[in-house]
Amino acid sequence: MALTGIFLIVFLLVHCYVNANVFFSHGEENFNRAAHFMGTNILVRIAEIGLFAGFILHIIQGYKLELSNRAKRSSKYAVTAGNKTSTWYSRSMALLGTLILLFLIIHLVHFWVPSRFGGLTEVNYDGKSVLNLYGRMKDVFSQEWVIIVYLLGCFSLAWHLLHGFQSAFQTMGWNHKKYTPLIHSMGVVFSVVVPLIFALMPLFMYFGWEIPVGELTLLF
Amino acid sequence: MQHYNMDLTLKVWRQQNRNAQGGFETYQVKDISSEMSFLEMIDVLNEKLIHEGGDPIAFDHDCREGICGTCSMVIDGRPHGPWKGTTTCQLHMRAFKNGETIVIEPFRANSFPVLKDLVVDRKAFDRIIQAGGFISVNTGNAVDGNAIPIDKDDADNSFAAASCIGCGACVAACKNSSAMLFVSAKVSHLALLPQGAPEKSTRVAAMVDQMDKEGFGSCTNTYACEAECPKEISVMNIARLNREYLASSFNADK
Ligand code: HEM
Ligand code: SF4
Ligand code: FES
Repeated sequence: MALTGIFLIVFLLVHCYVNANVFFSHGEENFNRAAHFMGTNILVRIAEIGLFAGFILHIIQGYKLELSNRAKRSSKYAVTAGNKTSTWYSRSMALLGTLILLFLIIHLVHFWVPSRFGGLTEVNYDGKSVLNLYGRMKDVFSQEWVIIVYLLGCFSLAWHLLHGFQSAFQTMGWNHKKYTPLIHSMGVVFSVVVPLIFALMPLFMYFGWEIPVGELTLLF
Repeated sequence: MQHYNMDLTLKVWRQQNRNAQGGFETYQVKDISSEMSFLEMIDVLNEKLIHEGGDPIAFDHDCREGICGTCSMVIDGRPHGPWKGTTTCQLHMRAFKNGETIVIEPFRANSFPVLKDLVVDRKAFDRIIQAGGFISVNTGNAVDGNAIPIDKDDADNSFAAASCIGCGACVAACKNSSAMLFVSAKVSHLALLPQGAPEKSTRVAAMVDQMDKEGFGSCTNTYACEAECPKEISVMNIARLNREYLASSFNADK
């Protein structure tokens, strides 16, 4: 769980960085070029297989863990301590994970499936034709229900990470007098900032916001 | 603090034996002193039940001074009740107000089957200790303990872990019925000392193995155990257990 969890956290960082292109002026070209690189570079394509494996492993482990843990107490308590002794999101990792999974399926159908199996228009930069994923984002994020689903996805991710980030270190045996408080704070910052950046993307697209910058910025 | 008397409604889990269907019974107790312990309050109720020719409520208790770990029950959803770092026997009635309703249940986990009412079978813990919670000592003259230098922090952490009284509240509190806090305390207090070091690799593997065989759940770090532990055992011990376990799985000679 911890290893696949950390792996997915690293993926989120990369994904967030590449997509942050869309916030800026020139975002369309920058993002499409970055997406073209991610979609065609052989090393990235190999890493993509690893990413699918990581997700599938994490999800299978997660559900197996949840089911086996649930089976350990057949006779339930009439009264429970609730949030007095643990946080609701630490007890709801499988539920939050399921919401993330539902979001993930919708998300793949929106972007990954058409980029792999066709259905996207192309644009031309310096004689090179690349898929117009930016245009796809504009289309997808013009519908209100999609915005709401994406925001809910980001919320679920935030709560999942709020527990998961620090939990992964504890699982790997890393609890230290000096560094653990730091890990906890880093976890909170990561869990708020990364999902927030993701949540801003559909909003920027829907409202047509952009941050003006002079030159090409976030390529690689 | 002002002394006061209180009348209470108790909803207590009654179960004839391991296989019987249990259920809640409601009782009234009157004029309970705020300075009584929780167990003394149940004693009062039990005397009344005996006088009336009824069946007294079975509950575990021994030392009644917070050191044996026998007194197991869940009070209003909290193993050992609402006070932090306190066993049921050390919980006093001033934690409650006049007219309150208190729900009393046994520790619930498939690995701790109910024997009668609030009494559960915690022999699974004994079997985990038997699997590796000891050090092997050759017979002969006792060695002078102070002859072995021990780092002060290690000694302190070991002692803190050794204060676990094996009550099982961690299992009762955990949504996964995980015994990790207990096992980690027992692994830690030996692993941190020179006397425990020679067997630390086999010990952690054997104890975790037995823990899994007994059917306890897996830890997902909700830390409810630490919040409920009457001895305030730290979840840092669980990280140490994970570390020791990982190290032992890489130990090619075992
Ligand atoms: C980008 C997506 C995801 C990230 C970054 C992520 C991250 C994490 C992390 C770091 C942990 C803690 C591991 C540990 O304590 O050992 C975790 C636990 C868990 N995750 Fe995820 N996860 C993601 C998606 C999912 C999905 C789709 C599911 C679907 C079921 C899921 C289910 C679980 C479960 C059940 C746990 C175990 C609860 C626990 O250990 O406290 N996760 N996740
Ligand atoms: S760790 Fe705490 S709650 Fe668990 S058995 Fe030991 S003393 Fe009881
Ligand atoms: S009876 Fe011994 S700890 Fe409560």
